[in-house]
Order: sequence, then C-alpha cells, then structure tokens
Amino acid sequence: MPLLELENVEARYGAIKALHGVSLTVGEGEVVALLGANGAGKTTTLRAVSGTVRKSGQVVFAGRSVARRSPQALARLGVAHVPEGRGLFTELSVWENLRMGAYIRGERKTLRAEAPRIFGYFPWMSERRDQQAGTLSGGEQQMLALARALVARPRLLMLDEPSLGLAPIVVEEIFRIVGELNTKDGLTVLVVEQNAEIALESAARAYVLEVGRVATAGTSDELRGNEAIRQSYLGY
Amino acid sequence: MRHAGLVSKLVLLLAAAALVAVLPRFMGEFRLSQFTFVAIYFIALLGLNILTGYNGQISLGHGAFMGIGAYVSALLSLGEPGLELFALDPPGWLPLGDGMRPVFTIPLAGLVTGLIGFAFGFPALRLAGVSLALATFAVAVSLPSIAKRFDEVTGGGGGLSLNLPVTPFGLDVSTRHWLYYEAWGTAGILLLVAWLLVRGRVGRAWRAIRDGQIAAVSSGVSPAAYKTLAFGVSAFYAGVAGALLAIEVSFVNPDTFPVSLSILLFASVVVGGLGSLVGVIFGALLIQFLPIYAQDPPLLPFDFSKQAPSVVFGVFLIVIMIALPGGVAGLLHRLVRAAANRLPTRHNTSERLAVSPPGGKAQ
Amino acid sequence: MAEFLQQVVSGLAVGAIYASLALALVLIYRATDVLNFAQGEMATFTTYVAWTLMNHGLSYWPAFALTLAIAFAGGVGVERVLIRPVERRPEVVIVIVTIGLLIALNGLTGWIWGADVKAFDSPFPNDTFEVGGVTISTQDVGTFGVCLATVLLLWAFFRFTTLGLAMRAVANNQNASRLVGVRVGWMLALGWGLAAVLGAVAGMMAAPTVFLDPSMMLVILIYAFAAAVLGGIDSPVGAVVGGLALGVIINLLGAYVDFVGSELRLPTALAVLLLVLLIRPSGLFGHVVVRRV
Repeated sequence: MPLLELENVEARYGAIKALHGVSLTVGEGEVVALLGANGAGKTTTLRAVSGTVRKSGQVVFAGRSVARRSPQALARLGVAHVPEGRGLFTELSVWENLRMGAYIRGERKTLRAEAPRIFGYFPWMSERRDQQAGTLSGGEQQMLALARALVARPRLLMLDEPSLGLAPIVVEEIFRIVGELNTKDGLTVLVVEQNAEIALESAARAYVLEVGRVATAGTSDELRGNEAIRQSYLGY
Repeated sequence: MRHAGLVSKLVLLLAAAALVAVLPRFMGEFRLSQFTFVAIYFIALLGLNILTGYNGQISLGHGAFMGIGAYVSALLSLGEPGLELFALDPPGWLPLGDGMRPVFTIPLAGLVTGLIGFAFGFPALRLAGVSLALATFAVAVSLPSIAKRFDEVTGGGGGLSLNLPVTPFGLDVSTRHWLYYEAWGTAGILLLVAWLLVRGRVGRAWRAIRDGQIAAVSSGVSPAAYKTLAFGVSAFYAGVAGALLAIEVSFVNPDTFPVSLSILLFASVVVGGLGSLVGVIFGALLIQFLPIYAQDPPLLPFDFSKQAPSVVFGVFLIVIMIALPGGVAGLLHRLVRAAANRLPTRHNTSERLAVSPPGGKAQ
Repeated sequence: MAEFLQQVVSGLAVGAIYASLALALVLIYRATDVLNFAQGEMATFTTYVAWTLMNHGLSYWPAFALTLAIAFAGGVGVERVLIRPVERRPEVVIVIVTIGLLIALNGLTGWIWGADVKAFDSPFPNDTFEVGGVTISTQDVGTFGVCLATVLLLWAFFRFTTLGLAMRAVANNQNASRLVGVRVGWMLALGWGLAAVLGAVAGMMAAPTVFLDPSMMLVILIYAFAAAVLGGIDSPVGAVVGGLALGVIINLLGAYVDFVGSELRLPTALAVLLLVLLIRPSGLFGHVVVRRV
C-alpha cells in the first residue's frame, strides 16, 4: 500500500481552478519528484496534501482518508510540509524555529531528545542557536526549514522547490542530505522542483505536471532517457 | 441590455423624485424636518461613498468636513456685521463680506471644504487602509476642541447662530417646506453630478485604483491625482451637507459634529452598500431614524432610553458585515437579479476576490 | 525643577495607562493585522464589571483578579464569535465589525449600568510622599507599578512559555504555524483574551481619576492609538515606550506651553499621531510595512 495516494484531486483559488484532476502515489521509503513549469500546479498539489487549499477528490495517507482534515491534523499524522519560500519564522531564533518543529510532540522534551540528531546533519546550527532566522543566508534558511520539518520525525517529507535562489553547491548539499535521510532513515520524500535535472538524480520516480494535470510519469531513468520528454517537459 | 438597465433606473429615479416632491403633503412640520435631515445625510453619504466605496479610501472623519462646511456657511451668512453682534473679532484677512444668502453660502462652503479635503488628500496619499482610518479619526476627534480653541472666529463653545431662513422670491410656502425642497433639490443635483462622475472616466479610474493600484498605474491612471480628487469631491459634498445642516437648525457649535457623527456616517455608508449610489439612501434613512446620534460631547448619548438603539445599531452593523458585505444595496441587487431570472449583468462588487495562487503572500 | 520632575512622574503614571492599552492594540495588530477600535469600550465594560463586583462586597484585589479572568474570557469570546467569521475578508470589513462592537458595547454599558458618572475606588492610599524635594503621589506610583507588572508578566509569558512561543510564531507566519501543527484560531483568540486583560488593567487604573462613565476610555483609546503608532504599530516595546513618552510629553506640553493649555492636549496627541504616520509610518521601533497603497 502506498504511503500517499492522490486520486482525481481538483483544487481552486477562489474562482481560479489550479488542479484539474491529479492522481499520483508515493510509496513508503521512496523519493518521488513533482516536475513541471511555473504555474503547472506543483505547489498546489503539495498544498492539497497538507490541507492548505480548497480541494475535492481523494487524498489517502497511510491508509487514512485525509482530504477533509486540517493542516494541523496532517502535521500530527506525520506529514511535514516545507512550503515554497521556506515558511520560516523569520523573527524567531534558529533554536525557536526548531522548537516549533517539535510543537506537535510536546516541544521541550522532544527537541532535547532530537537535537543531537539534527545537529548531526547541520552542525553549524548548534553554534548559532540564538541567531534570528531572518538573518541567515538563503542556504542556511533552507536547511533550517528542512531541519524544523525533521524534528518531529515525520513519515512524509514534502519539499517545495528547495533549490530556489540557491547556489548549485548549496543545492547539491541539500539534496545530498535528503538522499541520506532517505537511505539511512527510510524517510519518504515528495519533492517539487523546477530544476528537473537535480531532482531526477535523487528521485526514483517522477510525475510531470502541466496546466494542473499529470502529463507524463515514470522512473527517473525512463524520463531522463527519453529525449523528447526531456526537451518538451524538463527543459534540458 | 444596457439600455434596459438605464431606462429602468431612470424610471425608478423619476418615481423617487415624484415621491419626494409629494411627500410634504402627508406630513406635519416635524416629520418634514426629519426628512430634510435625510436629504442632508444623503448628500454627505454620497460624498463619502465616492471616497470609500468607489475609491477605496477609508474616512472616519467626514463629520469634521460637515462641521467645516457648517461653520463656513454660518460665517458667510453672518458676515462681519453679524459677527460683530456676537462680539466676535475675527482676523481682518478673512474675506467675510457683509452677509450672504444661502444660494451663495452653500456652494462656497462646499468649495472651501472641498479645497481643504483636496489638501488633506495629499498627505493621505502616504497612508492606506487602517492608517488612513486612524488619521481621519484623529481629525474628527480634534475638530470640536479646535473649534473651541479658536473662539474669535468660531464663537467658541457657544457657537454661532444664523439668522432664521426666509423663503425667497416671496413664495407662499412655509420655511420648513422651503428648506425641505432646497435640501432635496440640492441632493438631486448632486446625485446627478455623482452619477456622471462615477460612470465616466473619472469613476473608472477611481475604481481601478480601489481594486489594485499597481494595475491602475500600468493602465495609465495616475493614482495621486485621482485619489486627491476623490478626497476633494467627497469633502465638497460633506461641506454642502454641513452648510444645509447649519441653515436647517439655525446654529452651529462644536457639539454639532462630534466624532460619533463621523463614525455613524461611515457605518451607514457601509450598511447601505459601498460602491452603490442606491445604497446611500438607505444609509441616510438609517442615520436619521435610528436615533443614536445626539448633540452631546461624549461619544454617545447619556439618556437611558437611547442606549438600546446603540446596541441594536452596533449589532446590526456586525451582522451585516458578517452576512451581507454588500450592504442593503447588495442584498437588493441580488434579489433583483434573482427575480430577473439571472440575466447576465456585470456584477460590481466592492470586495476583492480572495485569490492567492502560488507566489502570493504567506497567509 | 521640582515641578518639572513632578510633571514627569505624573506623566509616567498616566503614560503607563496609555502604554497598557497601546500594548493591547499592538498585540492584536501583530497577530491579526486588525486595529481593534473597540479596545477601549471592552476595557470600560470590564471596569464596570469590577465596580459591580466591589459593590457586591468583594474587596479590591479579589475583584481585580476576577475581573481579569472575566476580561480574558470576554476577549476570547469576541474573537471566536465576531472576528473569526470575517477574518479573511478585506480590512474594511473587519474594521467595521470592531466599530460595530464599539457602538454596541458603549450602548450596552449605558443600558446596564446607566449613564451617570460613578466613583471608582483606588487600591492605593490618596497621599503623597517626598523624594529629594519632589512630591510624588502614591496613586501615581501604584498605577505605574501595576501596569508595569502586568506588562512584565506578559513579556515573561511570551518569552518563556511554549504557548507564548506559538503565539509569536503565529504573529510571524500564520501559514507556517498551521503546517507545524499550531491551532492558529485558538492562538488568535488567546491574543484577544490577553489584550482584553491589558485593557481591563488600564481601565481599572484610570477609573479612580477619570471617573467611571460609559465613554471613559474613548479619549484614552485615542492616546493609546497615538502611542502605538508612535512606538510602531507592530512593536510591543514601542507601545510601552510610546505610551510612557506620550504621557510625559503631553503632560509637559500642557503645563508649560500656553498655546496647548488644557483644551488642545488631545489634538496635540493627534498631531503627533499624524506626524508619525506621515514622516515615519513605522514609528520608533516598528518595521517598515510595505503596504499595498
């Protein structure tokens, strides 16, 4: 049984329809990429899962139907959504951001227990706990957003365009960490990316969205190997 | 389709005008005076609706503009000789003249107030939304104190008394009747002016600015010019209303325009329906016939018997906002449309659609 | 010199009241982007409740505490019942709801308790003491102390508790808060509850001097607005500093500048408000807010 399953999901912003029936699955322990051009509906799909957009259709997580649930309920079920723009608490410190990551599980105790693991992945955070999150560099902010999502040991990690605005070397580091989380801890990952090349290096499978629908899908090898698909959908 | 709408509106307008003309037959002098007040509030609300409904700038200070209009018209109608009788000694540079008749004082009061409003519009450009509401609120609260402070001109706390109005041209109608027609006649003219402004290029520019300033700019509209114009026009209307008010009650003092009036004007234009000329009449009726506005210094009257209407009005306001953001006019609009079998008309709402596709601000 | 210091001290006392109410306004504004025009009337209403409790035999401090609890519940109730239905609507709409609440509460207060002016007890003795040649009223010290204590307690709450952290997170980024599992709606309600508590403190500290009547807090609300804007509408520190500063400035101006005298105190405060809004809209401590003008 897949960890996450979307069936015929439609979503709208006011009068504008963004998704016209998206169906996809993410298996436990997989890294799946969601690709497509600007405005294709990738961000909206993640929002459909985390419950932050008005939608219809089926969303099944770990066997439970969650289409009607609130974002808070999804968080408690183990869905960690790192939104576009990172969604950091810019006025709070690094440590306080991490505390908020532990909010659903009783933040003080949880963070004390999890801190070593988090600092293991991001050593620089232990020295800069009290720095205001808004003053961090772009790459550091992305890592903090990622770290915050990991504190409560989610079952599904959803990343929205982690490479946006970052230098290639930083992007590589982030995807390396994500890969490690997947292989070592078995974390399931659904990542939205415009940079298809880097996404396909980490992901096993990918869906390509176009104007609110799944245009094509397949394993990374299949998609990378297909010249026509690469040129028309992936831009490289 | 368009013409049908226009014709039916015209018919309604003529019917309303006929009603207004004929109404005095059926009521006594006191009632008549009440309906004169309705006309006065109607004019003020027309102006406020232009500013807030069509141009999107909140003003909680229109009572102050009415006050300015009232004082100006009082000063002009008294002139220097009249002020001498009050033992007032206004500064020599004020061009007060010898005492003018309403046909002059009313437009002049409107003009002066309009210019002040226009001038206020410039600093107002830097404020938006709540800041502007606060700033205009500040002006409304200050006016009584300022009026009391500069008493050589304003007559201080006691205010100024105007000469009792006289029916002109020797017509054989009572003063009350004459004032009623004067007020409604002015209202009618100003309604026409408002209507022409609103449906023309100016009104379109105003609405474009209201709905999204950046978009307006890119379509060639200069926001600064139109926004200050809106302030000036709406202040002009309020000034005229204030002038009529001063004439109607034959006096003006700082307590005639407390901050509660400004709040009431704003609340009523919203309840009537922002961005709708039809709604204004409901707002005006509301102000006159929900008696919570009284001429006492504190925010709301002390009388025990007058408290309940305040509660009702406040609750009413809240409920309308929750359930009927388009106000009474919006409700009527919907009913009419439902009755007309949902003909496709262009729906003009004053609310923005809640659209936030990816890339919008973090909510 | 002694007189000057006396004016400063009494300015600080009245400024503490402004600061409390200003902080209430800022609290709500930071969380919900709403300027609560009814903050003053809510404070007035709760002060009347305190008066009723004391009239029924409760001594001052128990009545004070109970009133704070009632104020808290009231604030939470207002947010959940009146503000929640309109929280996603345009600013205009929410402003009007608070104005409606202002009108309704003002009427309700007069209706329940009558509009006559009432006396309100102060917990502090009505005497003075001398410090280095300056006469200080115990009332002023007490008022300042109570307001300050309330503000400090609130600060500690936000700084050291999980709930306080969650509320700060909500004020910073509502969407992200949802994603990490915070019940945003209840955090907002909590904010309104705490703001109501601050208002109640301000009301009960002001009442002995300005006397209890339905419109008691209207003028103080305006000073609080001016203070909040002066300090920066989104800055709690600014609200406190702004309130104290405004209290002192107005007092000094009223005492030493003839033009201002006693009639133009309020317009002066408002002139300050307007000047700040025009020259430096972010106030002394706030962040520049890029508004969609």
